[in-house]
Amino acid sequence: MKLAFDILTVFFVSCGAFFFLAGTVGLLRFPDSLTRLHALTKVDNLGLGLVVLGLLPQASGLFAALKLVSIWLLVQLSGAIVTQLIAGTVRQNGPDG
Amino acid sequence: MNAATLFGLCGAVLVGLGLYGLVTNPEPLRKILAFNLLGSGVFLVFGVVARRAAASGLGGDPVPQAMVITAIVVAFAATAMAIALVLRLLQETGRSTLSADDPGGTDGGNS
Amino acid sequence: MTISSAFDVGLVVLILAVGAATIAMREAFAAVIGYVVYGLLLAMAWVRLAAVDVALTEAAIGGGMTGMLMLGAVARLRLAEGNDIRTSLPVRLAAGVLCVLVTAGVAVAILSPPKTIPTLAPMVMENLAQSGLGNPVAGVLFVYRALDTLLEKVVLILALLGVWSLAPDSVWGGIPGLRVYARPGSTLTFLAQLLPPVGIVVAVYMCWVGAKEPGGAFQGGTVLAAMWLLVMIAGLTSVPSIGERWLRRLLVVGPVIFLGIGLAGMVLANAFLAYPPGYAKPLIVAVEVALTLSIGAALGLLAAGPPERV
Repeated sequence: MKLAFDILTVFFVSCGAFFFLAGTVGLLRFPDSLTRLHALTKVDNLGLGLVVLGLLPQASGLFAALKLVSIWLLVQLSGAIVTQLIAGTVRQNGPDG
Repeated sequence: MNAATLFGLCGAVLVGLGLYGLVTNPEPLRKILAFNLLGSGVFLVFGVVARRAAASGLGGDPVPQAMVITAIVVAFAATAMAIALVLRLLQETGRSTLSADDPGGTDGGNS
Repeated sequence: MTISSAFDVGLVVLILAVGAATIAMREAFAAVIGYVVYGLLLAMAWVRLAAVDVALTEAAIGGGMTGMLMLGAVARLRLAEGNDIRTSLPVRLAAGVLCVLVTAGVAVAILSPPKTIPTLAPMVMENLAQSGLGNPVAGVLFVYRALDTLLEKVVLILALLGVWSLAPDSVWGGIPGLRVYARPGSTLTFLAQLLPPVGIVVAVYMCWVGAKEPGGAFQGGTVLAAMWLLVMIAGLTSVPSIGERWLRRLLVVGPVIFLGIGLAGMVLANAFLAYPPGYAKPLIVAVEVALTLSIGAALGLLAAGPPERV
């Protein structure tokens, strides 16, 4: 059982790490702010979500698992709001605002 | 070399970096940033001392850790005061640096 | 080389790279963002050093509040005419040599620890059970070195007085000049309506659980200050003027209760800031709650700045 949990953890955390890598490559290579924001939201959503999913079997109880999920939800919330605010500023001030 | 020594050396390099930034950057805001870097390097050295003194089932000696918590809060208070001073300087003189050959700026201002 | 030491090496390299970038970067805005990232990486380093309370404080105050202060300053300093002078090359070389010498000195001190490492951990753990606390750092902060914590709170208030005294005479007692972005119906308003209840629960939890596990008044107070600042910046509540009675009472309730309990200790337990046996835990929790409120108010006002209008 422990082995199965460990395999699940490694698999999901690696998938999450792949999305982190993809998002960072997008951040570095995309041409302007709006496309970079698009890359970053993948990191917040999918990348962190897969990492949290992978860490859930290792959590020490229901309360710790709930804390992990709520961290993911809070990061999504703040990431989404900040993305909207930055995109709104870019639209107002032009691409170098 | 264990983890504590590695982080201690990291703290030593941060102290050097912060001191360099403090001495060579002419703008007050960059000096404040460098001062914070210097401070956090010193705190890391404290943390290494605490980690090495781990005993009685604890991961680290709690007395230096409590001192670092106090120091972080006091460093924030000093940073807030310094930034307020820089912004007031900006309001009074319209410049963001203290140039060496500035003829004294406004004389006292409106207190 | 084990996985954890590979992780440590990677973390140290990242910390040094981001720190060097913060110093060397030309643009001030990018340097401040670099500093916030540096603060969060440093919080991870503190966790690796088995100091979780310090990691919480560094992430909250070092990364969060200091970053916010600096971003506000950079936004205003953009309008300034800066000097374009850079320090001359000989000065930079001399400074570089000096810094290498200082680094080498500290590194030599790190690499040659004493034979028997002096430690206060056994003494802390011996008497911790008497105070009813489970968190040794909280024990040090509120029992063994309670005077330091009291004075630290007073230092926060003194810094706030210093920031307030920078206001011109005509606006003394007025409203701090925090930049407000009140656009009703915007996503910022949505965040300021959704996040503060969660933030308040997190702050109360951190203050409460600090007696047994990592946490405490400073970390909880910082989250409270951050929520208050978010609500003020989104325009959902007006920035209070610094002359308001409730604000001043909120600021001093923490140190006054702490000082009162300390003076009562002189009568009840024969020493300043000593706790009568059996009553230590409730008194400490009362002090922590009052301190959380005061620290939240003080940090929020420090970030808001001196008054700018009446």
